[in-house]
Amino acid sequence: MSAEKEPLFSSKNLKLLTEPLNDSNPITVQVLGICSALAVTVKVKPAFVLAIAVVVVMAVSNVVISLLRKTVPPRIRIIVQLVVIASMVILVDQVLKAFLFDVSKQLSVFVGLIITNCIIMGRLEAFALNNKPWQSFLDGLGNAAGYGVILIIVAFFRELLGSGTVWGYKVIPESVYDFGYENNGLMILPPMALIVVGAIIWVQRAKNKKLVESN
Amino acid sequence: MRSYSNTYIFIFSSIMVIIVAALLSVAAMTLQPFQKKNVEINKKQNILTSINIESTAKDAEELYEKYIVENFAVNANGEKQEGVDAFKIDMKKELAKPLNERNLPIFISSLEDTKQYIIPVYGKGLWGPIWGYVALQEDLSTIFGANFSHKGETPGLGSEIDTKDFQSQFFGKEIFNEQGEFVSVSILKSGTADPNSKYEVDGISGGTITSVGVDAMLKDCLSSYETYIKNIKN
Repeated sequence: MSAEKEPLFSSKNLKLLTEPLNDSNPITVQVLGICSALAVTVKVKPAFVLAIAVVVVMAVSNVVISLLRKTVPPRIRIIVQLVVIASMVILVDQVLKAFLFDVSKQLSVFVGLIITNCIIMGRLEAFALNNKPWQSFLDGLGNAAGYGVILIIVAFFRELLGSGTVWGYKVIPESVYDFGYENNGLMILPPMALIVVGAIIWVQRAKNKKLVESN
Repeated sequence: MRSYSNTYIFIFSSIMVIIVAALLSVAAMTLQPFQKKNVEINKKQNILTSINIESTAKDAEELYEKYIVENFAVNANGEKQEGVDAFKIDMKKELAKPLNERNLPIFISSLEDTKQYIIPVYGKGLWGPIWGYVALQEDLSTIFGANFSHKGETPGLGSEIDTKDFQSQFFGKEIFNEQGEFVSVSILKSGTADPNSKYEVDGISGGTITSVGVDAMLKDCLSSYETYIKNIKN
């Protein structure tokens, strides 16, 4: 980014964006939003679309709540948050139905279930209500991206090993199958998503000692 | 923490609800034509799949024009209904009516110089509606192909009805027995269907309620065409 915009991307602000990607990743560190990570990660494409949808919903809701933060009566703040998230989700769902019908069919209820994704409400409640719009935007972007990255990594391994494809394209050549290689049917089933997430957490903690609990 | 009066809270929520409602209705109205188009293309794709033609969203309309030669609606007595667009018939609404008031759509396709009769079916699964298309061969009993879709059956279990594995079981099954009585195709508990039987297929293990739903859907919907089929046969 250009130099005159520097304060926008001060190291403190950038941290909001990058921290959720690793040190405070919503899925692998905070263990939030696991349900959708299990359900939509059979193929990369739907996982990618869901990740984008979550990024949009989260960034926009964070900004909206942050703009409203001085006017929202604390007694009904949870309801206000839900209304904002729900309307964003409906918008995203409508847009998907209009322009990405196939993917929207595959995602079916999971787009609607973004509403219940605890990461989003968690960030609204913990961050956007007390911070300025720009910081909230970065925080939303960062957390949603942290969620999306894990979703896509899980989906990549599940699709590769479970169906022998990536993004719907065959990557394991036919000749490998001729030697007796078979797709692992277990990868398609939900339990494997949990195991892959577990493996990612393991790798992450092995590399990042900060995350290991001291006791 | 500042405290807010009840009036403030009330006004705040009212304004919020009005803004959200306006926003969502505008979005719904502008996007509706695109969504309708998608649903229409999807329906054409499903019809094409029932006669084993693979299509993409792009070529579906072209292929539909090519293979589906005729569509019309009949009533329960097998008489053709005039002035009804079979493609636009909503099966859910028709099934809610008593049998003799229903408009029953039929799509006729022509493939390899033979005719197929495609019959739409609609029913209930575990979580929501299930529907599909059953294509009959020229003898109006042997199943040429079948396609099933669902709104939101359990992924990996009931949702398997929309897979080729499940649908291909129906190929060559018959809905009328040798005496010419309507028997439909029964979906039995997974693994119990007799592979030699022309009237049974395996259900989905773990997807019992969806399987039972498909079974009931076939019986209900196909049976309303019984008179029509018998009229043609005789």
